[in-house]
Amino acid sequence: MSEPVVQVTDLVKRYGEIEAVRGINFAVTAGETFGFLGPNGAGKSTTIKILCTLANPTQGSANVAGYDVVKQRDDVRRNIGLVFQDTTLDAYLTGEQNLRFHADLYGVPRQQLAPRLKQVLEMVNLWDRKDSAVSTYSGGMKRRLEIARGLLHAPRVLFLDEPTVGLDPQTRSSIWEYVNDLKQREDITIFLTTHYMDEAEHCDRIAIIDHGKIVAIDTPENLKASVGKDRVQISTADDHAAIEEIKTKFDLEAAIREGLVTFSVASGEQFVPRLFAELTQPIRSVSVARPTLDDVFMSYTGRTIRDTEATAGDRNRGMMMAMRRGR
Amino acid sequence: MTAQLTTKNVDPVTAAIRVSVPERGLRQDLRAVRIVWHRELIRWKSDRLRAVTSLVQPVLFLFVLGTGLSALAGHGLPPGISFKTFVYPGVLAMSVLFTAIFSAGSIVWDREFGFLREMLVAPVSRSAIVLGKCLGGATVATFQGVIILALAGAAGVPYNPLLFLTVIGELLLLSFTLTAFGVMMAARITQMQAFMALTQMLVMPLFFLSGALYPLSGLPAWLTVLTRFDPLTYIVSPMRHAVFSHLSVSPAAASFLAPNVTWAGWQVPVGLSLGMVAVMGAALLGIAIAEFQKTE
Repeated sequence: MSEPVVQVTDLVKRYGEIEAVRGINFAVTAGETFGFLGPNGAGKSTTIKILCTLANPTQGSANVAGYDVVKQRDDVRRNIGLVFQDTTLDAYLTGEQNLRFHADLYGVPRQQLAPRLKQVLEMVNLWDRKDSAVSTYSGGMKRRLEIARGLLHAPRVLFLDEPTVGLDPQTRSSIWEYVNDLKQREDITIFLTTHYMDEAEHCDRIAIIDHGKIVAIDTPENLKASVGKDRVQISTADDHAAIEEIKTKFDLEAAIREGLVTFSVASGEQFVPRLFAELTQPIRSVSVARPTLDDVFMSYTGRTIRDTEATAGDRNRGMMMAMRRGR
Repeated sequence: MTAQLTTKNVDPVTAAIRVSVPERGLRQDLRAVRIVWHRELIRWKSDRLRAVTSLVQPVLFLFVLGTGLSALAGHGLPPGISFKTFVYPGVLAMSVLFTAIFSAGSIVWDREFGFLREMLVAPVSRSAIVLGKCLGGATVATFQGVIILALAGAAGVPYNPLLFLTVIGELLLLSFTLTAFGVMMAARITQMQAFMALTQMLVMPLFFLSGALYPLSGLPAWLTVLTRFDPLTYIVSPMRHAVFSHLSVSPAAASFLAPNVTWAGWQVPVGLSLGMVAVMGAALLGIAIAEFQKTE
């Protein structure tokens, strides 16, 4: 097997008393699309910041493209491309000026610059808009320009931190088209973070991160297979009574998720007729779903990612404060 | 496997561009200094409004205050020298003062809009970025000064090439030091309002205590001491000295209106004055670089 392109060993990052990353280990092989999946505040962005040399680890080590992120910072930087969740473009400059600025900072050889510039801009369909100021671009165009810029110096690893956050669904899917297209054209490893379950499906492998720890790491298929059960959600006249009844009659643990009585059971479709026959509480609606990454997340953390988002607010704020103090 | 198969379908010309980024070296750093500097110029050129608005204040001081006070201040001035001519070097300093600080303040915007991060993750030394920023701010501020310099005739100052070269050099030095000061502040201040409020609070006393609007001689002791502590004094005085050496005034009048800075009676030579400003600029640059060197 080839040498891993990203290698993380016992990585810990603390901001004051808050432990954002609590000892994680993983490796990404060349050519892989590797996804970091978790709710906001789980430690995804902190990890990516360390891998991009923007933050130093408190403990542990990380290697990117064969270089240590603390000791060989410039070598790491030469070999990575970055697309952050917030834009990092100069809106006063044109698209092309932004890319030329980047090329000069990264020392892209001048004779290679013009053809490469054209290539990356055409890849993201912005060649005809290259002379417009970035302030006139839409959100999706800005993100595409950032992807083009991240690729300009032909990095070995492209980091995409929440590449589609804040974009409408149509633009989101078009961004994924560009990313998938990119995999075919360039010899590149993609490391991305997301909190959208459906987007994690684009990855070859996924690490599920929660409260600063990796709770599972595998291909999307294997992760889903590991759950094995279908998810059944029902709405009843008295949800709490229904949960009691499901417990006593079927010996299944149900809980209220997203406002519905939710439980996991093997072969959900065959179970539903029994449910209707035996449950005394009138059922208003029912849905059965094959395991998704959402269920994977739930089975490993006991919560859906949306439940987590709702309660993560406080933790996030605490962390932001700690980060600011840390500066 | 699939990736390899489909690569063959891709246009061979586009697929052939292999970019190789060189290892970091002095050449890379110089290229980074140049582009960061160049960006400041592009932004200045595209932001005409800012260029025009920052001319308003110096023009007001020169023509409105200068003319308005002429009658009153005229009694103390030798014949043929108007108050406008006297304040002209001070107004030149003022014209670069705000532009230089504001240029440095754009780092705060850059941080807010994320562009700073693009610069900070690049494989170049942070010193190159900070130096490029300071040189860019200095250049842009000096341009503003040159616009005021073009109005020399209206202030009764002759269009003398040697005088202009001297003054432009002095403005460049002042602009650089001020930008370095602003960049140092911008490294720590993350909000634009706070940056503007703080610099405003510092810039006005700096200007009023510099002798930009009045001669340094014959001041009460407390004000004399304060002017000597104001770095701007050491650039306004040489500029006024340069302007007055190109006017036809009696030596006595010149030494009253445009004296060298004195320390307890000792005349500070122009070279030392400028040298001190240069050392200060270099020190501020050093602090600014150190501030940006930090990693979380």
